[in-house]
Amino acid sequence: MTDVRKYLREWAMPTVLCPGCAHGTVLHAFLDAVDEMQLDTDKLAMVAGIGCSSRLIGYVDMCTLHTTHGRAPAFATGLKLARPDLEVVVITGDGDGLAIGGNHLIHAARRNIDMTVLLFNNGIYGMTGGQVAPTTALGAKGTTAPFGSSEAPFDPCKLMTGAGASFVARALASKPQVLKSVIVEAVTHTGFSFVEVMTTCPTYYGRYNGIGGGSEMLAWLNRQDDSVAIALADKRSVDHISIPPIMTGLPTGVLHREERRVFTGRVSA
Amino acid sequence: MTRLIQGNQACALGAIAAGCRFFGGYPITPSSEIAESMARLLPQNDGVFVQMEDEIASLASVIGASLGGVKAMTATSGPGFSLMQEHIGYAAMAEVPCVIIDVMRGGPSTGLPTSPSQGDVMQVRWGTHGDRPCIALAPHSVKEVFDLTVEAFNLSERYRTPVVVVYDEVVGHLREGVDLPATVPTIDRSKPEPGLDPYLPKAVSEGVVAPLAAFGDGYRFHVTGLTHDERGFPTTDPTRAGALASRLQNKVDGSFVDMVESFMLDDADVAIFAYGIVARAAKEAIRLARSEGIKVGLLRPIALWPFPTSSVHSVAAQVDRIVVAELNLGQMIGEVERASGGLAQITGLHKADGSPISPQSLLEAITNRIEVAS
Repeated sequence: MTDVRKYLREWAMPTVLCPGCAHGTVLHAFLDAVDEMQLDTDKLAMVAGIGCSSRLIGYVDMCTLHTTHGRAPAFATGLKLARPDLEVVVITGDGDGLAIGGNHLIHAARRNIDMTVLLFNNGIYGMTGGQVAPTTALGAKGTTAPFGSSEAPFDPCKLMTGAGASFVARALASKPQVLKSVIVEAVTHTGFSFVEVMTTCPTYYGRYNGIGGGSEMLAWLNRQDDSVAIALADKRSVDHISIPPIMTGLPTGVLHREERRVFTGRVSA
Repeated sequence: MTRLIQGNQACALGAIAAGCRFFGGYPITPSSEIAESMARLLPQNDGVFVQMEDEIASLASVIGASLGGVKAMTATSGPGFSLMQEHIGYAAMAEVPCVIIDVMRGGPSTGLPTSPSQGDVMQVRWGTHGDRPCIALAPHSVKEVFDLTVEAFNLSERYRTPVVVVYDEVVGHLREGVDLPATVPTIDRSKPEPGLDPYLPKAVSEGVVAPLAAFGDGYRFHVTGLTHDERGFPTTDPTRAGALASRLQNKVDGSFVDMVESFMLDDADVAIFAYGIVARAAKEAIRLARSEGIKVGLLRPIALWPFPTSSVHSVAAQVDRIVVAELNLGQMIGEVERASGGLAQITGLHKADGSPISPQSLLEAITNRIEVAS
């Protein structure tokens, strides 16, 4: 890993994150990717919504736009269309991006605007205190589902593929080197790139669901990934995987990639 | 050259003349002609038009474009304007210039989509949560829609704040012959000198706002809707939070000069207070009343917000009575009462049935000295 302090606003620290939260690891992987690509930070705009992951952009020394709950893709759309010279990266969470902001996310994907969305999926609302999200596993507990969630969760990558995203990937906070490589591919891709980053909330998800603290949650993420990989290799359904409460039970890596016309908002009159 | 155009087209032409090069919007009656006109005009002027997925996204895209250094606007009507409230507050807090057009139709809810109303004027002022400054301009003719759209951009660039142009469906769809100027005076936001270290996007050293850099032009800075310090970074410190709230409010209220039209008020015993299409009916009613020897005049607020308190107070000191006429069940009348301070009798002529107020009903309200219910 590189020394990423040159990309940080250290004067703005400490961060708002809890001890054991994996979001910082994800940010580090992103900054490693920025360093590897040698992106010009004067031209790198990060747009975020509301939630723990969205607060990360305040700590990076770039053009950072902290917006309203769920609307970051819409702000980013205006910024990118007005300033095509900018590299635009959206940071959002699973509640921010898939519940209140789901409409904006699918339309940004449909338009295939040349931007990258990193969706931090920790299966729960962290900042507001552990309420269930559209990604909470069936049966998993949160403060608004004390007896376990009875709703089916989204598969964010399938959703985004269906909506028209031209690059779709899933990666884990527990495997930061792989995550960095996926982010490099996503940012390099021309068109709308979506990366679902499986991350952790030890304070709420880990605690309420008996998984443990920060390190136990990272091990738990890896165990899910390995189990899914084995099941898929054996051409078996992932339904039997018994790591309750599993957050996705879905494969990782680059899941979809296509070349498609990019919307720029520029038309010849 | 005189052109026959409707109010909504004049709005789009005014925006282009003012330098608007981004429009993000969502179709809604009776404002859609603005989006349709911009979809044609912007590509011809090296600009970007995008039809967004809803009105929330529309204003979000506008704010994003403006932070890229491009003058930007959206247009809507009541239901969409309701959806925009959160981002009006965001633009006020983050101090991002932008223009919002609200062509009013009957409400509440879906209401009367194709009929005129002035039911949004209090929502314009108070719709978003929290305290914030508000500038809202209310044209009453096609030419004035053009002029005030230009003015809205200039005020928004000067004050780094969202500015609303609010008019009723009749003004939006009214067609009049207008002569439009080839160029108009424009104001561009002040930008920071290069080489500042650090650049403080929220530190006011001169004028009413801090210079605003564009993303991508060399300064890396933070923008947030959270209460923030001079660096633009979140704070919960009561001293800083209080200072920001006061500064935002005072930057407009402390320097904004009443924008009003006084029509035949010099010798008037009775004044009509009306804006938008109702002011057109009022001018006709005044001519009719004066032919009967009744001395009536009109005070027309051109800026509804900030409310022209001192102008209303002066008129109240002069006349016996002020008749407030609005296409709602009584919204600005409360402000007129407050500003009058008991110096004149205030009566209202209000209706919210989707039809305009006629000169005849205004004449009746003037002559009968009675409160006329719709």
